[in-house]
Amino acid sequence: MTKLLSVRDLHVGFGRDPKANEVVKGVSFDLEQGQTLGIVGESGSGKSVTALCINRLVDFGGGRITAGSINLARADGSVLDVAQADEKTLLGVRGRDVAMIFQEPMTSLNPVHTIGAQIAEAYRLSQGLTGAAADRASLDVLERVRIADAKSRLGYYPHQLSGGMRQRVMIAMALAASPRLLIADEPTTALDVTVQAQIMALLAELRAETGMSMIFITHDIGLVAGIADNIMVMQNGLAVEQNTTGAVLDHPQHDYTRHLLRAVPHFTAGAAVRSDGSRANTAEPIVRVDDLAVRFPIGKAWFAPRGAIHAVDGVSFDLMPGETLAIVGESGCGKSTTARALLGLNQRHRGTITAGAGNSSHPVQMVFQDPFASLNPRLTVEALLAEPAIANGRKRDAALRERMIFLLGRVGLPEESLTRYPHQFSGGQRQRLCIARALMLNPDVVVLDEAVSALDVSVQAKVLELLVDLQREFGLAYLFISHDMAVVERIAHRIAVMFAGQIVEMGEARAVLSAPQHSYTKRLIAAVPAIERRRQHFAVDMTQVPSLVRPPGYEPPPARWQQIGGDHLVREETAHEQN
Amino acid sequence: MSYVVQRLLTFPLILLGVSILVFVSIRLVPGDAITAMLGTEAGLLTPAQRASLASYFGIDQPIWSQYLRWLSGLVQGDLGISSIYGKPVLTVILERFPLTLQLSLMAMVIALGIGVPLGVLAASRNERPSDLIVRVLAMLGQSTPSFVVGVLIIYVLSVWFGFVPAMGTFTPLLTDPLASIGQLIFPAITLGFAFAASVTRIARSSMLDVLSDDYVRTARAKGVTPRSVIWRHALPNALIPVVTLSGVEFGYLLGGAVIVEQIFALPGLGRLVLDAITQRDYALVQGTVLFIAFNFLVVNLLVDLAYVALDPRIRIGGR
Repeated sequence: MTKLLSVRDLHVGFGRDPKANEVVKGVSFDLEQGQTLGIVGESGSGKSVTALCINRLVDFGGGRITAGSINLARADGSVLDVAQADEKTLLGVRGRDVAMIFQEPMTSLNPVHTIGAQIAEAYRLSQGLTGAAADRASLDVLERVRIADAKSRLGYYPHQLSGGMRQRVMIAMALAASPRLLIADEPTTALDVTVQAQIMALLAELRAETGMSMIFITHDIGLVAGIADNIMVMQNGLAVEQNTTGAVLDHPQHDYTRHLLRAVPHFTAGAAVRSDGSRANTAEPIVRVDDLAVRFPIGKAWFAPRGAIHAVDGVSFDLMPGETLAIVGESGCGKSTTARALLGLNQRHRGTITAGAGNSSHPVQMVFQDPFASLNPRLTVEALLAEPAIANGRKRDAALRERMIFLLGRVGLPEESLTRYPHQFSGGQRQRLCIARALMLNPDVVVLDEAVSALDVSVQAKVLELLVDLQREFGLAYLFISHDMAVVERIAHRIAVMFAGQIVEMGEARAVLSAPQHSYTKRLIAAVPAIERRRQHFAVDMTQVPSLVRPPGYEPPPARWQQIGGDHLVREETAHEQN
Repeated sequence: MSYVVQRLLTFPLILLGVSILVFVSIRLVPGDAITAMLGTEAGLLTPAQRASLASYFGIDQPIWSQYLRWLSGLVQGDLGISSIYGKPVLTVILERFPLTLQLSLMAMVIALGIGVPLGVLAASRNERPSDLIVRVLAMLGQSTPSFVVGVLIIYVLSVWFGFVPAMGTFTPLLTDPLASIGQLIFPAITLGFAFAASVTRIARSSMLDVLSDDYVRTARAKGVTPRSVIWRHALPNALIPVVTLSGVEFGYLLGGAVIVEQIFALPGLGRLVLDAITQRDYALVQGTVLFIAFNFLVVNLLVDLAYVALDPRIRIGGR
């Protein structure tokens, strides 16, 4: 094997004094031709900055390499120290020797050029192809990344494609130059799990076809387990452990690696579900949703509506006191719309919602996904926590303050927090503040809409523990909306799986996760990356979600449910759906 | 297309509102038309003469009846007779408009031709000396009043170069293009100067935003040259705020540039409105203001169409 890349004692800093503000503090690693290195770490670990040094894109983000060397074997056999290279040389390295794909497929393609033009540009830059030759090559490469109907897609603009399709276009663009090294920086983090599985399978197949090397950056050690030959674990700008994938996963040496492997939620197909609070059939449900439908009309008011998006159609469930019902599904499946309907945040088309046992004036409260955007940066914590009470006509008195201090204590924040502002807290602490705020009015039910999704994995675990403790202490019922099966497994008593605006399967968490019945649930669970299943091979599955746009007057056929022991319900599938 | 039709259908409503506002507000100003027309000689009129003059011009009627009469003329394409010029208002406006239109277009070309490249240059050299120089120039350009710039230009031309710009006359573009452009070039520079400064600032800040977007990083990762990153990948995305600003500014320019027309003694729309107001030529004020409002609406529609051309997300819509 030949050495492709050799990084020695890399230091990178930012700002006016890069030496004083180092975010990468002496990282060394090697990469052989054709091998894949996984770099794992949480936000701020320096993993992306390290990767951006290899093609020196770090310069454009304000970063400076302050020490170290990056020796890259180029296609012509020469070895270049990228850390010392000038911008002109680097132009030849980027795209040709080192290609890169990014986390955000939604914003990483230029919105004003067709995807055909953007791919053709990559061919022009790397191989000098123009005109018909570049078009032909673009068509070929789109077919290589398994985009159906590639010829007509070439004329599409990025906004006309889904996230998964855009990421495949990004990969096509990277492949155009036949790079020796592909850097993938969290390429699937913004995507749904089934789409993530498609992209991972595609990357594995392309690597086998081309023999290129890969550097795969992720926060999810379970995700790289299946694709990497070696893993480097980074924390606070240092590589704390690097070894072969098997050694890192099976015999972790460093405490932080062990922490990532154990403290962090990994999906185990129902083995880690909660054992407390099995359903007491005698209790009255605290929330009852019956035949809920939410539709968004499309077409302008001047003319008759052209139809409606059936975001949620015929959803029914109930929630017992002290119980967590998780609604899982992928983006656009209607899970957040259901949650918002419960709080009256959007207009119902049909259906009834009853919530609360009558002893609380505001039985349902909500915690949102983004802890940075959901706290007003100009208010102190005291004002933020007082907000729900003031909105309900209460005065800011000693009793209210006492409740704030009590709740801050419960979510693990000191009393001094009251005088501080949101920016003085970390992401996890802010989400604790949001939880305390939701509890101010003593609700019966808390709707948690992707409440831990924006947090780093190890923070996620702690916030989940907090939520379980609070649930036991206050007898709260949770409606937990999430796309993350590993997180859901830790907190849910029951799970409802939503697909295309409807619940397709619902039941006890263990039953749904360990023995899924509906074809969509099966597909969803099979797509979740798991360390135990890392040697399993996945075929590229190209199933697309159906459109939810319906003509005026459309009503879905009534659901027929099949009971699989206990209260495990599965929606019967029509022959058409099973294809 | 249906969007354009919808917009066109709102035009009459807006113009109706504008016409009522102008009609009423001009009559709220103290003083009367007859005094304004005749000057000191108005004092010699007998009350009977005054009344017969008022009835001749129709200003003895209640305001709503005056308005309805004017409106019924308007829908037949008759804006009334100007009391200053003794000619139909529309004729007077159309005599002045070519100059204003040509001056506005020339000022726009100058402003965009200077402002966009300077803004792009400054953004691509963020915080380096050339960026700082451009920013200082832009600040200076925005804060210098146009009469100062105009007077300076005239001074420099006539005193240093002995060149006297033709004043007071205007050769239509089609009669003699070179002479026509030559006559308007200095007023156009004066007008374009301040506008170029604001275009520079908007173009710079918009480019800076776009240059930190993800797709620019993608382009760089592909090995796209710095020049192509800026002109091909970033600029088309950065132009929308520039188009918005240009539309608003162009709309104002079409309303006439009073100060610059005054300095260079140009017979444009701006001076026409000024004369009409000071001399209480009601019909002319109403007519020109309505005409200016109409231009504004057309320019705004053109700006919206420019967005459609620039941004495929508006042009094609979602999936």
